[in-house]
Amino acid sequence: MLSRTAASLYWMGRYMERAENLARIIEVGYRMSQMPDLEAGGMRNEWPSSAVTAACEEGLIEKHGVANLDTVISYIGLDDENPSSIHSCLKTARTNARAVRTALTSEMWESLNDTWLEFNGQWLKSLKSDNLLGFLDWVKTRSTMFRGAMLGTMLRDEAFYFINLGAFLERADNTARILDVKFHVLLPSGQDIGGSVDYYQWATVLRSVSALGSYHWIFRDTIHPWKVAELLILRKEMPRSLVYSLSQVNRFLGDIANLHGRRYDCQRLAGRLHAELDYSKVEDIYQNGLHEYLTTFLERNDDLGAEISDNFHFYL
Amino acid sequence: MSDNVQVNPAQPVFFDELVQPDGRPRKGMEQLAEWMVQAPRDMLKVRQTEAEALFRRIGITFAVYGEGGDPERLIPFDIVPRILLASEWAFLSKGLEQRVKALNMFLHDVYHDRNIIQAGKIPERLVLQNKAYLPEMRGVDVPGGIYTHIAGIDLVRTGPEEFYVLEDNTRTPSGVSYMLQNREVMMRLFPDLFGRHQVAPVDRYPEELLASLQSVAPRTCDGEPTVVVLSPGLYNSAYYEHTFLADKMGVELVEGQDLFVKDNAVYMRTTGGPKRVDVIYRRIDDDFLDPLAFRADSSLGVPGIMNVYRAGGVTLANAVGGGIADDKAIYMYVPEMIRFYLGEEPLLKNVPTYWCAEDDDYKYVMDHLDELVVKEVAGSGGYGMLVGPKATPDERAAYALRIQANPTEFIAQPTLALSTCPTFVADGYAPRHLDLRPFVLVGADKVRLVPGGLTRVAMQPGSLVVNSSQGGGTKDTWVLENGSSKNGGAHA
Repeated sequence: MLSRTAASLYWMGRYMERAENLARIIEVGYRMSQMPDLEAGGMRNEWPSSAVTAACEEGLIEKHGVANLDTVISYIGLDDENPSSIHSCLKTARTNARAVRTALTSEMWESLNDTWLEFNGQWLKSLKSDNLLGFLDWVKTRSTMFRGAMLGTMLRDEAFYFINLGAFLERADNTARILDVKFHVLLPSGQDIGGSVDYYQWATVLRSVSALGSYHWIFRDTIHPWKVAELLILRKEMPRSLVYSLSQVNRFLGDIANLHGRRYDCQRLAGRLHAELDYSKVEDIYQNGLHEYLTTFLERNDDLGAEISDNFHFYL
Repeated sequence: MSDNVQVNPAQPVFFDELVQPDGRPRKGMEQLAEWMVQAPRDMLKVRQTEAEALFRRIGITFAVYGEGGDPERLIPFDIVPRILLASEWAFLSKGLEQRVKALNMFLHDVYHDRNIIQAGKIPERLVLQNKAYLPEMRGVDVPGGIYTHIAGIDLVRTGPEEFYVLEDNTRTPSGVSYMLQNREVMMRLFPDLFGRHQVAPVDRYPEELLASLQSVAPRTCDGEPTVVVLSPGLYNSAYYEHTFLADKMGVELVEGQDLFVKDNAVYMRTTGGPKRVDVIYRRIDDDFLDPLAFRADSSLGVPGIMNVYRAGGVTLANAVGGGIADDKAIYMYVPEMIRFYLGEEPLLKNVPTYWCAEDDDYKYVMDHLDELVVKEVAGSGGYGMLVGPKATPDERAAYALRIQANPTEFIAQPTLALSTCPTFVADGYAPRHLDLRPFVLVGADKVRLVPGGLTRVAMQPGSLVVNSSQGGGTKDTWVLENGSSKNGGAHA
């Protein structure tokens, strides 16, 4: 496959996944902001941490001064000057798709193209705080449809591997961010992990990665923060966990390497990252500090992305 | 039957493809006419809207950048098909094959022995001093002696048996994706209409194209040739077509940056390492092909590719330098080429053409500007032409100055009474002028033709300009497979 094509597919996969995760991040912010903050005696302001999770805090503050419902909708939802807005993600995913249409099935292209046309034709003008949840559902549905079109119609060949490689690398990044920021907010430093937690807030975090039901199914227990961390980092059954995402990154890299009949340096990085997750225990993570653990993970995940770009000549 | 829908009889001066002067349908077209009268107008409006949504959804847009507005524009699509009878097509395809064979022999000749010039059939200066004649191609032997592998021949019609060739597009003719997608969309929207007709399928075009391209692989290629489509990229107006054809042929769509030259061969950069390329269906102009040989500022091309090409290490389709056969002044001599190379009489007529470089022609053109269509010799896409009868006296006067300044750059032709076909417009059906661009594939083994072509239609009442860059639309083109030879008249 052309290196340029592989790069476009990889980025298309990443940006579609990012659009979905941004919708999830905004949703969790919205739901939390609807809950009373008992300690502060008012409503919570969850928006600054949403901006941090979306890696948009700096730009948002610079442009709007304050993170609140309206500025988050404007900056993370609609702003095409913010490269990490839902707007930019959908547009970039489609531009990449357009550049490699021959590598996609018509169902995939039409799904992506429809998404963009609907966003550009309707949501861009009509999105406000009162239809925000409808919009976020729409983004998740469109992402699901795109994934369904891919799984249901695409040949299991190199193109499929590169799209998934991008999607899972992005997903690992996004789950790590959600977890890091929420722990920071919900368990301020010094607070004991056995301390009082707000069930609903943790439920919201789980819901943001569609894992509330899965949590109950796996643990058959009320929600404990460290079990949330275990679920989102270490559980192989959980499709948005770090270990699962890395197992898929590993798998698709292996598929590509087999196809080419050789091994790549990025496979070593991915293999090591996955193996470490695979053999970790949540107690170890706790002892070294969750924030430190996740920060290191995010850095290594970035390095892996850079190595992949390098190994497959994404930068011509 | 809804009485507010009427098939308007064509104005008597124009031949209509569907309706006879007395208002009855032509033979073979009764079913379509009946359907048109019966179909409720509301339903047709809904279908027309659906067609547009389908085109946008599939992403068949024509990119127009730098003019403001939506850069991804739709070419208007008309839901009334244009029908050709089997006998008419049989005649046309014979004429097209003859013409394209002669054009290819001409190209080989002018880059080798120049027999046609020595025989005095074509003025030497018209060829050798033509900007489209590339000295770089002298003495270069291309596989199979084929220069124009894909030709788009623009035909117009003025009567039941009168077809004229308006232009030969021998460089990078576009529009074939519309021919294929128009059919796709029509079959989705009006399956019942296909049930009433035996329409010859066009969907094997990509296979035929691939077979033609494979047939001209370089001698250095052993095994199955690697074919690619070379596109200028996303911002080219025909980008959709490039992706479409690569996809349907199952070959890579590459851009200049994906290719490189090494050891007298062309390679593409792939995730698995360099891969050799044998045949390039290039959709970029000669000028941009190789910054080392032509325009140094081109970032679309592949440095060094001309050397490989001239040495026979890679095949380019269409061949470099083929533009000379596309020239509007050379056009006048195509009938002569057919006689000279094939010893046959041309089947398809040329439109009488005046070349302003000749004194007599110049005088005639200047005296009859209000009757003529004047075109730039090197122009294309309907840009920069004068439609005399439609122009104002001021426009004609301004154009006359341009001709005066540079007579060799202009040709003129009489305004033809182009045929019309009923077209679905805001207030029902109305006749609109149209042309036809069939696509002729020339391989080293044989000539291949898919029955049909792209019908372009001028959407403005009375307009004769069908180019999509000038607001023209398209129709699905049907060649009927049977039942029509009995009715088809003289060509049967």
